Amino acid sequence: MVTQSSSKLWRKMGLRDSEYELITSTLGREPNETELGLYSAMWSEHCGYKHSKAYLRLLPSQAPHVLQGPGENAGIVDIGRGVAVVLKMESHNHPSAVEPFQGAATGVGGILRDIFTMGARPICFLDSLRFGPPEDEVVKYLMAGVVSGISAYGNCVGIPTVAGEVAFHGPFKGNPLVNVMCVGIIRDPSTIARGITGEPGNVVMVVGSKTGRDGIRGAAFASEGLGSDSEKDRPSVQVGDPFTGKLLIEACLEVIEKRLVVGIQDMGAAGLISSASEMAGKSKTGMVINLDLVPRREAGMTPYEVMLSESQERMLIVARPEKVEEIREHFGRWGLDATPVGEVTDSGMLQLFDKGELVAEVPVGSLVNPPVYDPPAERPDYIPDLQELDPARVPEPQDLGKALLSILARPNIASKRWVYEQYDYSVGTDTVIGPGRSDACVMRVKHVLPGGSYFEDPDAGAAQSTLIREGPGHPELGIAVTTDCNARYCYLDPGRGAMQAVAEAARNLSMTGARPLAITDCLNFGNPEKPHVYWQFQECVKGIAHAARALSIPVVSGNVSFYNECGDGRAAVWPTPVIGMVGGLEDVSRACASAFSREGDVIILVGPESPGDLPGAGSGAELGGEIGGSEYLEMVTGEARGKPPVVDLELEGRMQALVRSLITQGKVRSAHDLSDGGLGVALAECCIPGDFGAEVVVEGHGRPDFILFGETQSRALVSAGEEELPSIYDEARRMGVPVRAIGRVKGRGSPLAVEVKTGEGLTRFEVPVSRLRDAWEGAIPSIFDDMDRGDSGGGDDGAGV
Amino acid sequence: MKIGVVVFPGSNCDRDCFFAGALAGHEMRFLWHQERDLHNVDCVILPGGFSYGDYLRAGAIARFSPIIEEVIAHARRGGLVLGICNGFQVLLEAGLLPGAMLPNKSLKFVSKPVHLRVENTSTPFTRLFDRGTVIRLPIAHGLGNFYADKDTLDRLEGEGRVVFRYCDRNGNPDEAHNPNGSLNNIAGICNEEGNVLGMMPHPERASEEILGGTDGLVIFRSLLS
Repeated sequence: MVTQSSSKLWRKMGLRDSEYELITSTLGREPNETELGLYSAMWSEHCGYKHSKAYLRLLPSQAPHVLQGPGENAGIVDIGRGVAVVLKMESHNHPSAVEPFQGAATGVGGILRDIFTMGARPICFLDSLRFGPPEDEVVKYLMAGVVSGISAYGNCVGIPTVAGEVAFHGPFKGNPLVNVMCVGIIRDPSTIARGITGEPGNVVMVVGSKTGRDGIRGAAFASEGLGSDSEKDRPSVQVGDPFTGKLLIEACLEVIEKRLVVGIQDMGAAGLISSASEMAGKSKTGMVINLDLVPRREAGMTPYEVMLSESQERMLIVARPEKVEEIREHFGRWGLDATPVGEVTDSGMLQLFDKGELVAEVPVGSLVNPPVYDPPAERPDYIPDLQELDPARVPEPQDLGKALLSILARPNIASKRWVYEQYDYSVGTDTVIGPGRSDACVMRVKHVLPGGSYFEDPDAGAAQSTLIREGPGHPELGIAVTTDCNARYCYLDPGRGAMQAVAEAARNLSMTGARPLAITDCLNFGNPEKPHVYWQFQECVKGIAHAARALSIPVVSGNVSFYNECGDGRAAVWPTPVIGMVGGLEDVSRACASAFSREGDVIILVGPESPGDLPGAGSGAELGGEIGGSEYLEMVTGEARGKPPVVDLELEGRMQALVRSLITQGKVRSAHDLSDGGLGVALAECCIPGDFGAEVVVEGHGRPDFILFGETQSRALVSAGEEELPSIYDEARRMGVPVRAIGRVKGRGSPLAVEVKTGEGLTRFEVPVSRLRDAWEGAIPSIFDDMDRGDSGGGDDGAGV
Repeated sequence: MKIGVVVFPGSNCDRDCFFAGALAGHEMRFLWHQERDLHNVDCVILPGGFSYGDYLRAGAIARFSPIIEEVIAHARRGGLVLGICNGFQVLLEAGLLPGAMLPNKSLKFVSKPVHLRVENTSTPFTRLFDRGTVIRLPIAHGLGNFYADKDTLDRLEGEGRVVFRYCDRNGNPDEAHNPNGSLNNIAGICNEEGNVLGMMPHPERASEEILGGTDGLVIFRSLLS
């Protein structure tokens, strides 16, 4: 047999020479090929977090309401009345780049398993997607594939896809980002399940689909950059079967609820090896696995292939021996395998047998503790130049109304209806504020779980149910969910950009009335071995940590995706730390949407009207608006440039608290945050859904276009009846938040009329709301116009409700 | 009324139907696809979802399940059967209703609220509506493009068996408000006796004010007494 040292096989498997030496010294011998494969998967960046572990410790994860922080399949927080919410976000970038449909579909399936593994019933998905310029034919193919992949899996398992974001920027052209978040509910926190093994002698079972050769080396593939030859890695992409995924949810929740399992772990990246070693690692036990007992869909698979397969819709369960039969019955009813394949030991070793022969034997502790790297980080030289911007040289538009129509039609700003109407967002009958209606989506938590078990008590007739404490007659609880990140800000100033992502995600939730409760993050970067990429990563993590502390929101789970780069120059994507956030509403019927809903209501700008006084304000502040890194600047100059807007986290916290309080008291009828595209875009978005006009007067110093499209943070637009105005002003003064009535909602069919008053004079424009709608709704469908535009249904959502 | 909601592997609106039915005041229960006993229910609901994965053709496998034989016998006896979305597709495959479903004209899944005109109020499912009323229910399907040959279509129209039609908010069934390409904007049909109704829109998703409307609850309430 050829020795490992002569062939240097480890290099082909993605291990460094130093790592190979470490393995050899740990084992006291050279590893065989199977063992080397186990290490190569577990020590990949994807599974091992080698380059991120040290920094992720900076993130605050503690709070009294945190029931489970990082380290499990997903994080869990208590939202009151005995209800726990489970959340996690994950990337599926690499698979989606080479096979968009299956890549995205299995991303949905994977994150879904992370949620129900904890014993939670999944209630919704969110998707944070980034692509290159949408006019590009390849980008169109990728986006159409990703959206239909998410749609195919999510719709089939019957879990609504309710929110998310889609952004388009050049650097994502060959390496799109596909981040999927899932949120679930646990009605009895004593049933939370975890990936543990319990006592030696417990039985290890593989449940769900049979194991095939798909997705082998998927984790390692996700830990490299994408090249022109990445097409050959298509076999590394797994294939999803949402039907089996749906059956697996039901069967797993049954055995967890009946407390038949000791531990349960999703088989995701790196398949069986990952789930087995993580479970044994957490419990400081060992495990024996008989590979020949693992149900397979292909003959002749080697031990290496069985251990590394990423066949989807599988879980690893550990159970006490006397429960095995009952577990098999439950899975059998759903037509699924549940097969004992080994047992828990006290050896601390992972021992793999094939037909009685020992084929691999490695210490669990070494598999789950890869070397941790803290590579050199260096602020890139281009940063000072990038942040340089002379705002006076930005061309000024002739006609502000036309500028507003143009920015509304920018793919980053435009309505994403084309995307979300392919997702079933109303299944489950919990979607209270669905996609396109607010800055976040709001789900309710039913008092009573409809139906309970499918099998118990067949003739009882009445609904079996799990009642939430305080039950009917009391208001229903609500959950608001969002994802957010402005990658352009993060490129120009990673620390500030990451802080802004946290602030805006929290702001999105607050606009519905929900109090932010927990963060799950998905950190997308290039190759961490490059000093400037690692610097971006460090800055972003520090930024998230800072903002999360300031706003008191714990980070309870997350995912890191490095090596997002492509092309022969291996250009990295923009740093993209996506923030997923969940908030709680005591009474879901109070949840607020963003559109104007009544003629005559007063429109109030909450937060700073002009950025002039903000210390450290972004480029353009001295001329009336922070346009550094803005969508407007990119529209006018074609450049991502300047210092992005500053985030005053104290002001942000006070502003959000004010809006939440106003919503809870029922004093406002709508609330919408100001973000990309600034005040101008926010006004249009408030008018369009209900076809209401508005008459608005804005005051400031400097350029009207900067005032209208600057992206100064910590701001919101709310609308309220005139009678509420005095008390709103009072409360704002008490809380130290600037507010000013800037106009009125006009009747249906009236235009949006805006007057901008500056020291130099007055600019006024008027645009019919129907034209705003056409620009905003038409942009994305017109890019995909080879596909049927059908019934665009403009205005149907808001006006008819 | 006693209502049973059939659970196929892959059904995913079963719990939603159970919940909406209970809200309307019915006695609800699930019926497992391998059972042959309808447990004396008065009405069977075939819920939405992807029965058996629908990898072959929507509803094509479900039609051979043990429970469907009983559902067919129940319908022939005059028992009530309501098929929603995938359940409508199963009714077509099982021959309880005429016609077939094609992929949506856009070839994409479509999920949104739509307006519907109630065309027939003499069925047990629609008797609380006024004829011609415009209601609003969500749709969510990839194969909802109803097709039937000309004779069948003429019969359905002639006998007043088109129960719901896609329309604008004023009740005009125009092309612009046909979300999937269905012939004659058909969203729901019934059998000759009116005891079997198939519809693509989801009434169970519009059964509470907090979800944006209660037009769907009227269908469940129509079944009371």
